Formats: sequence, structure tokens, C-alpha cells
Amino acid sequence: MDDWASITDKAPSPEPAIEIVDLSKRFGSITAVDGISFAVKRGSVTGLLGGNGAGKTTTIGMIMGLILPSSGSVRVLGADMQRDRYRVLARMNFESPYVDMPHRLTVRQNLGVFARLYAVVDAETRIGRLAKALALEDLLDRPAGQLSAGQKTRVALAKALLNDPEVLLLDEPTASLDPDTADWVRTHLEDYRRTKGATILLASHNMSEVERLCDRVIVLKLGRIVGDGSPAELIERFGRTNLEDVFLDFARGRRGEMT
Amino acid sequence: MGLMRKDLVIRPRPASPDAAFSLGRVDAMLRRYLYLLRSSWPRIFDLIYWPLVQMLTWGFLQTYLVHVSKSGAFSGGLGLAAGTLIGAMLLWDILFRGQLGFSVSFLEEMWARNIANLLMSPLRPPELIVALMAMSLVRLAVGFVPVTLLAIWFFGFNLWGLGVALGFFFANLILTSWSIGLVCSGLVLRYGLAAESLIWTIVFLMQPLACVFYPLAVLPRPLQLLASILPPTYVFEGLRALLTRHEFRLDLMGVAFALNVVFFGAAFAGFMLLLRSARRAGTLLQTGE
Repeated sequence: MDDWASITDKAPSPEPAIEIVDLSKRFGSITAVDGISFAVKRGSVTGLLGGNGAGKTTTIGMIMGLILPSSGSVRVLGADMQRDRYRVLARMNFESPYVDMPHRLTVRQNLGVFARLYAVVDAETRIGRLAKALALEDLLDRPAGQLSAGQKTRVALAKALLNDPEVLLLDEPTASLDPDTADWVRTHLEDYRRTKGATILLASHNMSEVERLCDRVIVLKLGRIVGDGSPAELIERFGRTNLEDVFLDFARGRRGEMT
Repeated sequence: MGLMRKDLVIRPRPASPDAAFSLGRVDAMLRRYLYLLRSSWPRIFDLIYWPLVQMLTWGFLQTYLVHVSKSGAFSGGLGLAAGTLIGAMLLWDILFRGQLGFSVSFLEEMWARNIANLLMSPLRPPELIVALMAMSLVRLAVGFVPVTLLAIWFFGFNLWGLGVALGFFFANLILTSWSIGLVCSGLVLRYGLAAESLIWTIVFLMQPLACVFYPLAVLPRPLQLLASILPPTYVFEGLRALLTRHEFRLDLMGVAFALNVVFFGAAFAGFMLLLRSARRAGTLLQTGE
């Protein structure tokens, strides 16, 4: 992988990349996230798993500082995301299916604008390398609105990797992709994590994706953490053969909250 | 190892991402809006089309009224009043188009579902606002300058002939337009595209009160009080003083500027409060209607 340079010689920091303490979010009478706490170790890939309305996107929104918590705190790379998020935003990035890029701008123009926002040095070279790594070279001068879903996902991933983020937040990164493109995206995420030592927090409905990518899985249901462990631990703990069965047990109420 | 060293060079500059205000980030946003404008000729055409239609309508009306007043059917006062119409319309367009230029650029982010990408980046709200202000000037220049030149050709009205006074009029009107744009953008940020119609209509609330085409004295007393807190009222009074009495009222410009400072400060505070409210309501990640 020439396109990602290794930083594995960096000394690991004892401080977690993401630290969430007693985090809650209420929208009127609806409690979307209900007093969750967890820490994400630097350099790890953590999956947030849960059905629709489990609180995954709200949790990621609060980690980004785009949603203010009702109570509790979020720290990313040591910064309080309610009060001090500009200190670390340049070291983070995200991708979400709820967010798009201007359709009339070409891929190159879109990436160029974000490279400037993130003050990426030698942006042209960086965009060229990402385009090569993510097979976007032939798409750079096409308007973003003319791309297929899979191509758009790759462009969104390029945008998310532009600033070499230390913390990468991904909300359903392979949603609506065909199996081949989804597998391709997962391979690149694995490469990026391995070579950069980045921390990845991933919300997904896709069990095989979570099983393949994540060191640790946090299962959310109705805004609460109901399961926490590595995919293998969760499968073994609940006597199942795969993560999907574990998830279905939680979703259908066949499991209580994990202690 | 060699590759690692090389790649580590390609990282954000250490100083700029932390800077409280970065012209580089303003430049990034300005480029984005210019790419957008350049990519659509109908949008460029639209910038010129309406100001041109307005100028022609009011210009012909002014020509007719001046002709009637000269024919003796009405007193010469009508001719004087009519002589200010096209000037007032062109200045009104600075206010209207300035606000649209600001707000529509902001709407582009909402239409493109790009706002979360921006707010998650190191871009700070004041930088976004400065970029929107700069873009409103660009859009205004594209639409307004050709129309003012055509006004000379069609009706012999030279807005540029107002000289320094035009600078004062322009500065005050554009400041008001940015204040309105800020409030509208904040409302769209908070309440989604359902609030979009405000952007197209809210400025017209000001038109009768700001005495665009008639003097302040025409309004009933209670409305005069309301009009007197609006900065554009002083601009249009100043325009009439200049065109009918050849008198430049710097005092009126001073009052307008002082009011604009208050309006802009309040609008900025309002935008920041609405942004915070949007973060509290969780609407930034889902920016539809």
C-alpha cells in the first residue's frame, strides 16, 4: 500500500481517542440516547450496532459536535466537543449518507474546496494520490451529480480521508452499495486504519461489515448500550454462530441488557 | 520509511486549522460559490434578468410621469418626484439583490445537503458569513452593473453620476441586506428548507416602511416611528434630497450607519443563537424540509 504511509512507529497515547461519559439526548419527549458511556482506544475500529432509532446517528452527531447533548460529555482527542471542538476538527473527518456534496461541482472542485478548508498542504498531490487509491482518476472532472451511488461513496470517502484524519467517523459507509463496491470500500478502510493507525468509529446495520472491520462492537437499543465486546466475544457469550444472530436476539428482545 | 516521511508532509498546516479566522477558509468557500455560479448559465442570466425588467418598468413609468408633469396637467412637483423613481428602484435592487446573493449562496449548501460537511470542517461561522458577504457582492456586480449601464442608455439616468454619495448609499444598503440575509439563513439552518420562502419575501416587508419611492412624511405617524429605525429609510431620504435639492445629507448616512451596526450585530447574534438551537434540535444532519 504505497498510498498510505505507515505511522505505526508512533508511540501509542494512553488517552482514548473518544471518551463519552453519561451521554444523553432527548428530543422533546423522545429519548434518543440514554446515559451511555464508553471510551474508544486510539487506533481501534469500533462499531456502533443497532436497529433504526437505536441512537447511532445521534451519538455520532454528538461526537462530531453537530448535535448538543442534553447531558453528559464527549471528548475527542482530549477536546470537549461542546465547547472546544475547533481545536480538533482539523484532525477528524466523517462520512454519512445523510450528507452530500454539491452536485454541479466536479469531483476535483469539491475535493479542492475541502482540501483548502482543511488546509491540506499540496492539495493537488494529495487529491491525486487519493484519486489513485480510490480509483477516482477518471471521475475527477465529472460533476458530482452525475456519479453512481458507488462512485459517490468513494468520493465521500476521499473527502473524509483528505486531511489524514486521526479520528474517522463513518455512518453506514456502505449503505446502498453493491457487494463488490462495499467490499472494496471495506478493504480501503482496513488499509487506512492499518497504515495510519487511525481510530475509526463506524455505525452500521451490516453485520458482516462490522464483524470484518471492528475490534469492538457496541450494541445500542433504544438509546442504551445493551452489548459491548469484540465480535467473537459477543458471538461466544450468547452462544451464536455469527453477529447477525446476536443482533437479532437483541432486536427481538431475546436478550436483556448486558451486564 | 521514506514514504512515511513524505506522506507526513502532506498534513494540515499546524497553524491554519487552529486559527480563529482564516482567509484561506474564506477563499475556499468563495471558490466553491464561484464554481457553482459558473456552472449554470441560467443562474447567471437570472441575476441580470429581473433587475433589467425592473429597471425598464420603472424607467418607462418615470418617463411617462415626467412627460405628464411637463404637459401642465400636474404641477412641477410631480416631475421632481417622478425623477427619483428609477434611482430609487436601482438602490432598492442593491438591498434586495444583496440579500438574495447572501441567502441564496447559503441555500445552495442546504439544497446540496452539504452544510454538515462544512460545519464538521474547521470552517468557522464568521468565515462562512464573510464568504457569503463577498459572494453577495459578486452576484450583485454581475447583475447590477450591466443594468445601471443600460439605465444610462435607455433613460439617461446615470447612477454612477451620484459619485461619492453612491458609495455611502451602497455601503448602508449592502450592510442592511447582509443583516437580513444572516437572519434568514439562520432561520433556514434551524427550521430547514420549510423556512426558505422567507428568503424570497421577507425583504418586501421593508419596502413600504423604508419609503423607497416616497418621502417619510407620507407615512402615518405610528409607521413613521417604525420607519425611522430602519437604516434604508435614511438612504432613500438621502437619495431624494440629492436628486431633488442637490444636497448630500451626510447626517442621514451617519444615522443609517449607526443603525446598521446595531442591526448587523443583532443579526450575527441571532444567527449564532439559531445555529446553537439547530445543534440542540439535531437538525444539522438532516437538512430537508
